Amino acid sequence: MAKILLEMKNITKTFPGVKALDNVNLQVEEGEIHALVGENGAGKSTLMNVLSGIYPYGTYEGDIIYNGQVCKFTNIKDSEKLGIVIIHQELALVPEMTIGENMYLGNECGHKYAINWNKTYSEADKYLKMVGLEESSKVQVKTIGTGKQQLVEIAKALAKKAKLLILDEPTSSLNEEDSRALLDLMLSFKKQGMTMIIITHKLNEVSYVADKITVIRDGATIETIDNHGKEPVSEERIIKGMVGREITNRFPKRENVKVGPVRMEVNHWTVHHPLYPERKVVDDVSMYVRQGEVVGIYGLMGAGRTELAMSIFGQSYGVNFSGELKLDGKPVKMRKSEADAIKHKIAYVTEDRKGNGLVLSQSIKVNTSLANLKAISSNTVIDGDKEYAVAEEYRDKLKIKTPSVEQLVGNLSGGNQQKVLLAKWMFAEPDILLLDEPTRGIDVGAKYEIYCIINDLAAAGKCVVLISSELPEVLGMSDRIYIMNEAKFVGEMKAEEATQENIMAAILRSGRGA
Amino acid sequence: MSEKAVSTGKKPLFQDFKAGEFFQKYTMIIALVVVTIVFALWPGKNGLILQPANVTGLIAENGYVFVLATGMLLCILTGGNIDLSVGSVVCFTAAIGCVMMASGANMWLTVLAMLAIGLAIGAFQGFWIAKIRVPAFIATLAGMYAFRGFSNVVLNGYRVDITNESFLQLFGNGKTSFVPDFIRQNAPGLDAVFTKDNAFLSGLIGANYVAKFNVTCMCIGIVGALVFVLLRAHKIRQQKKLGISQSVPAQVVSTVLIAVLTLWITFKLSCYRGFPMVLIWIGLVLGIYAYITTKTAIGRHLYAVGGNEKATALSGVKTRNVYWFAYANIGLLAGLAGILTAGRAKGIDPVYGEGYEMDAIASCFIGGASAYGGTGKVSGMIIGAILMGVINKGMIIVGVDANFQKVVKGIVLLIAVMFDVLSKRQKR
Repeated sequence: MAKILLEMKNITKTFPGVKALDNVNLQVEEGEIHALVGENGAGKSTLMNVLSGIYPYGTYEGDIIYNGQVCKFTNIKDSEKLGIVIIHQELALVPEMTIGENMYLGNECGHKYAINWNKTYSEADKYLKMVGLEESSKVQVKTIGTGKQQLVEIAKALAKKAKLLILDEPTSSLNEEDSRALLDLMLSFKKQGMTMIIITHKLNEVSYVADKITVIRDGATIETIDNHGKEPVSEERIIKGMVGREITNRFPKRENVKVGPVRMEVNHWTVHHPLYPERKVVDDVSMYVRQGEVVGIYGLMGAGRTELAMSIFGQSYGVNFSGELKLDGKPVKMRKSEADAIKHKIAYVTEDRKGNGLVLSQSIKVNTSLANLKAISSNTVIDGDKEYAVAEEYRDKLKIKTPSVEQLVGNLSGGNQQKVLLAKWMFAEPDILLLDEPTRGIDVGAKYEIYCIINDLAAAGKCVVLISSELPEVLGMSDRIYIMNEAKFVGEMKAEEATQENIMAAILRSGRGA
Repeated sequence: MSEKAVSTGKKPLFQDFKAGEFFQKYTMIIALVVVTIVFALWPGKNGLILQPANVTGLIAENGYVFVLATGMLLCILTGGNIDLSVGSVVCFTAAIGCVMMASGANMWLTVLAMLAIGLAIGAFQGFWIAKIRVPAFIATLAGMYAFRGFSNVVLNGYRVDITNESFLQLFGNGKTSFVPDFIRQNAPGLDAVFTKDNAFLSGLIGANYVAKFNVTCMCIGIVGALVFVLLRAHKIRQQKKLGISQSVPAQVVSTVLIAVLTLWITFKLSCYRGFPMVLIWIGLVLGIYAYITTKTAIGRHLYAVGGNEKATALSGVKTRNVYWFAYANIGLLAGLAGILTAGRAKGIDPVYGEGYEMDAIASCFIGGASAYGGTGKVSGMIIGAILMGVINKGMIIVGVDANFQKVVKGIVLLIAVMFDVLSKRQKR
């Protein structure tokens, strides 16, 4: 048996109110590729942040043993000194700088007061060759594609003399071809003795490259599977570990579900990426929503769900739209205007409440009325009393916990902020609500209340589209479920026939087919 | 994140008075009072800054600052954007106006033309900023150069004087540019009452001023203060009724303070020549824009865009039009400032207006506007502008070297913004 390079023993990491990691154990042998799999929010990234020193020693419990030594990292520099290098999911490159400058950013080579550019570029070129890039290191990063940028990230890690390379979803923004090239590169590194940890959602990649697979669920290690048998580990086997939890009574019951006629219909909807117009972010999607229905859209992060919802909402995302949007059976020609969408009684409740949803420096009252100022003003003059009354009404209805609606939204907890966001869009009086990850990052109690609000909306005859990457949530709340993967709808199921296994299977089937 | 319990509003008036909160909210008013007292008690210059002539001068000389800072505040609200061109636009509109009047154009036509040109310039710059998305700093820097140049062209490099008396009376700063004392003109009997021999009045007003005391001006002040107090009382009562309980004592204190200040200022004005015409224009602008920023949808949009542009756009607000409005508006106000500047100087010189933009920007930031946008009030900006004015005037009175005066202004700006940043950091 090979030498154990890294051992993480009984790692426990608590955030205020949440146990993100609970006694996690991980053993990585020298020279292997170790895959870390689990659902969104299972704790994979937290674990890697502990390992790389982003969460410094002392903020977690347990031991990190690397090369036989107990490590106490206080920042990333400490872990990088020992050769532990992490490549994050989002590319961390400065587009305006050259490849060489990027590779040695914060790690400049040369004298203390003068960078040795000749050495920088010659060293950089050497590492670029190792990852199979033809480009000169003097080329600006913005001029090369995403796939190559990912390779630059790897070259940058190599330049730091990496011994243990951690790749956090390295293929999430790559196409099939680039992904395969990257995985092959990993296999060739392995031959040269490099140790790697890969975090990924794509299980076909896991069985292709990984020697061992550790499954994490709800902040705990479930099992480590060996991938060295005669047959590669089946994906069904991994899924079982990932989702093997019981759904208890986390969702309020819906009673007297009365589903009416189709209110909204989308046919052959295709949207392109605003910066890379050749890339389709939504590809030939067709769907419909009935009155009083909760329709779930499940997909992993990056599947194109947000892009779909935002493009329906007044084309607020993407370029080169094609397809047809029908409201109440009539085709609607919608301009690129959010105001137009609101006029057509569509609301989009963003997944990013702080970035795209709320004005944190303003009060609950101001935020509640923002999308429908007309309703509380005459001749564009705002009726302060009316506005206050409206804010109070929704505070009551949605049980927003605050001493006053004059409170700044920035001072509220995540759950209460989410309720303010819902209040804002409910006050806009839409018929169709596109809810994008409405329960992201909020605690269980607040989640339950949000679910109740969703059920009330449906009972009141609204059409609710619930976008989520939490499988149990989609299963527990929806009447009907669309499954989305890599910009396409890859399945549609009634709630009765949907299970975690067959939803995951639908995603996998599509991934393999591509 | 803890949610502090705010009072329920049923407690006695002063129980929930928090000194720290009060000082944080009214830092600049307190600073203004302190600075004024320091200058007033300056050895050898005792009380000079509080002399009626100086109080009148303070308002008349800073007319353009109030007007420009109001426009600047709206731009800053949209996200810390500033307009560097206003100084040049002031000079340009004034140049056009002076040349028009010199060739015999009608005064009202001239005034309208100046406002229209200001608005057109603002809309033009707003077009680049809002639609083409040229950074505001750069678009208005270009405007600053260009309109300074145009002013030179229009004036041919020389000063042009204004001889139109009614223009100077309405917008100027001379002896005639005051609201006449209608009351004493129509009640000649009052002259017999306002004499040095009337022990009560000369004690109250001061023996030197009693004979010329402007009764009309004082009445305007009293009515103004009364209306203000009644409006605030109504607002506080309304808030209580609705159960909104912001710090009531603090509001009472600030209301009383502002009312007393209003009375005091008009008293000083009455002792000199009365109510300056300029103050009417300033008052109109401040009143209108206080209303726009607090009570109208476009005002709300300005704050929302500055607070979170993406969220505002997704709420169906056409954010580009909001930027456009802010910049077109500051152009209009620059036109008005041009009128006031020309009136005060009785003409225009090609170098007038230089540095005006910086005075306006400084007033906003000293008055508590956030450099990142989204927060700031007209009332705060007023305090900021007055504070700058008092410091300017005070330094002249106590004889600070002219070169050193700018150093002091710089330090004041830095300290004011530092307070703002620190007090916000504590909250987080």
